[in-house]
Amino acid sequence: MKKIAVFGATSAIAAETCKAFAADGAEFFLVARNELKLQSVKQDLLVRGAKNAFTYQIDITKTEGHQALIAAAEDDLSGLDGVIIAYGTLGDQEESQKSFEYAKQELNTNFLSVVSLLTEVANRFESKTRGTIVVISSVAGDRGRQSNYVYGAAKGGLSIFLEGLRNRLYHKGVHVLTVKPGFVDTPMTEEFKKGPLWASPESVGKAIYKAVQKKRNVLYVPCFWWGIMFVIRSIPEAVFKRLRL
Amino acid sequence: MSYHSWGRYPQVEQKVEHLRWLSEIPSFEANSSYLTQGMARSYGDSCLNANGQILSSRSLSRIISFDISSGIIEVESGITLAEILDFSVTKGWFIPVPPGTKFVSVGGAIANDIHGKNHHTQGTFGRHVLSFRLLRSDSQQLICTKDSNSKLFSATIAGLGLTGVILSAKIQLKKIASAFIDSETIQYKGLDEFFELSGDSDKKYEYTAAWIDCVSSGDKFARGIFYRGNHAAKETQTKAGSKSFAIPVPIDFPAFALNKWSMQAFNTFWFHKQRIPKVSKICHYDPFFFPLDGVLNWNRIYGVRGFFQFQCLIPPETAREAIREIIEKTINSGKASFLAVIKQFGALKSPGMLSFPREGTTLTMDFANQGAKTQAMIRELYKMVLASGGSIYPAKDALMTEQMYKKSYPNWEEFLEFKDPKFSSSFWRRVMGENS
Repeated sequence: MKKIAVFGATSAIAAETCKAFAADGAEFFLVARNELKLQSVKQDLLVRGAKNAFTYQIDITKTEGHQALIAAAEDDLSGLDGVIIAYGTLGDQEESQKSFEYAKQELNTNFLSVVSLLTEVANRFESKTRGTIVVISSVAGDRGRQSNYVYGAAKGGLSIFLEGLRNRLYHKGVHVLTVKPGFVDTPMTEEFKKGPLWASPESVGKAIYKAVQKKRNVLYVPCFWWGIMFVIRSIPEAVFKRLRL
Repeated sequence: MSYHSWGRYPQVEQKVEHLRWLSEIPSFEANSSYLTQGMARSYGDSCLNANGQILSSRSLSRIISFDISSGIIEVESGITLAEILDFSVTKGWFIPVPPGTKFVSVGGAIANDIHGKNHHTQGTFGRHVLSFRLLRSDSQQLICTKDSNSKLFSATIAGLGLTGVILSAKIQLKKIASAFIDSETIQYKGLDEFFELSGDSDKKYEYTAAWIDCVSSGDKFARGIFYRGNHAAKETQTKAGSKSFAIPVPIDFPAFALNKWSMQAFNTFWFHKQRIPKVSKICHYDPFFFPLDGVLNWNRIYGVRGFFQFQCLIPPETAREAIREIIEKTINSGKASFLAVIKQFGALKSPGMLSFPREGTTLTMDFANQGAKTQAMIRELYKMVLASGGSIYPAKDALMTEQMYKKSYPNWEEFLEFKDPKFSSSFWRRVMGENS
């Protein structure tokens, strides 16, 4: 990946991932809502070796701007061979239960708007028969739990969408990487009590970089989350529904 | 939530707010007390603010600019020395002062005016700080250098985070020809041999420090291993192992794991690790400077009760006598120090108003926390330090009294003029006598 569009570029995981690609002299098209934050990230990546970096300020959950957005990325970078989609919200589950409008917004941010971006990107990469697509999903999408199943449904839907996309684009030489982070110490999880299962955004960023080089399909990060989710997925539903998770 | 520093003593309740962007400045409320915290690698309570507010700078880890020809790097204050090294070494630049761990933030390095194996040639970290941006609780942001806001510059270096938030800093890095160190490790027997070896080595080697056995007595008293080295020239670069894999300590060791006998065994093993009195080799900078970083969470070997660090500085006039007495006292107390380090500081003056390093000898020991007995023993050692005209390093302290602090850091009164009124720490309240 040398010409990379990053959606949610000011997220901790995205910025850390970009650091690794910057050292290889990549060029970036950085998309987020806040221009001042974008400038901080841009400056850091340029110092770390990025050949070039452009910023684009937009509310990415509004899908009507997506076509122009991708076109602008291709324009600025004179081409595009990679995308990183890293934005998302960990909404309030109780709010989602009370209000469909709230739940819909969560589903739009974490799933539908991502599908919109992926549709644009996939068709372009498919016709060029190359490209890398990196999307941050979540272990929360592996099984629905009462504590966050709306977020989980969005991420679960996203993971399945990516499976299908990978299956379709594999034959066209396009690599799709689904990243499933466990607990990561980022602004999204600021309120949570941290423990030994937690990872830093730096280590997650480095792991994503390596997974792109190795053309991995699904990356659980830290890797022990594969084991945890294997166990959680294996619990029979008759038992699972009785648990308070 | 309950928090502690690297020494795991004391445990305090405090609120934590994360600083994530230089463009998003926190608001300071009336009647609240604030303290910036980076990696919380201080050992005592200087990075804690019991019942107050912590501003964590951990996410301020971006590089703002770097000039490869001059080696001047401007960084956000939460970036660690490890992160700077990862970036700069391949470009031929090294941190000017490497401390015992690379997992400290630049803000913390400034606020404690840290030192390393090259104190005798380079002085403290603060001497290599060209400027920094300081946020005060009245929301003013000041650029401080040696020449502008110079008093605040001097108060903030070693100012224990009490003058406001260091947002970003410009540091002069050091030019190197390779990532490797031409090193020598030499066995010595007794303090006289240490001082002699140190006196010779400090003229020819940029980096010197020694491990010292503070457990054994008799003819093994104060034996140790002296480490010295210089950055290797390019042509001597070898394939010698670079980064080693860091081993985590997954559990808290039980209290009985570290006792007099296991310490004795460890110290004997460490002394005889090399079979010949002197070993020369070229090694990567990581094991040379940061051997303990190879064991992540090594503080867990002291168990849940944590441990106390003791680091003193004794001025040259009284150093030999006082260091000998302190080690004797330690051995007689039966409280063994697992790892002890001794080094001669040079005469280069620190820019900080409250800097710990000055010319003399520094001795570092650590003691598992076994309650009141341990504290009493350390307080005895503190008295000996004070009597010899020495001082204790605040970054490693959890026990100093108001009287001792004010006597050994006479600039504290001048410092008060520059301290931010809304900033405080558990350490500061203790040594100012505000707790009583």
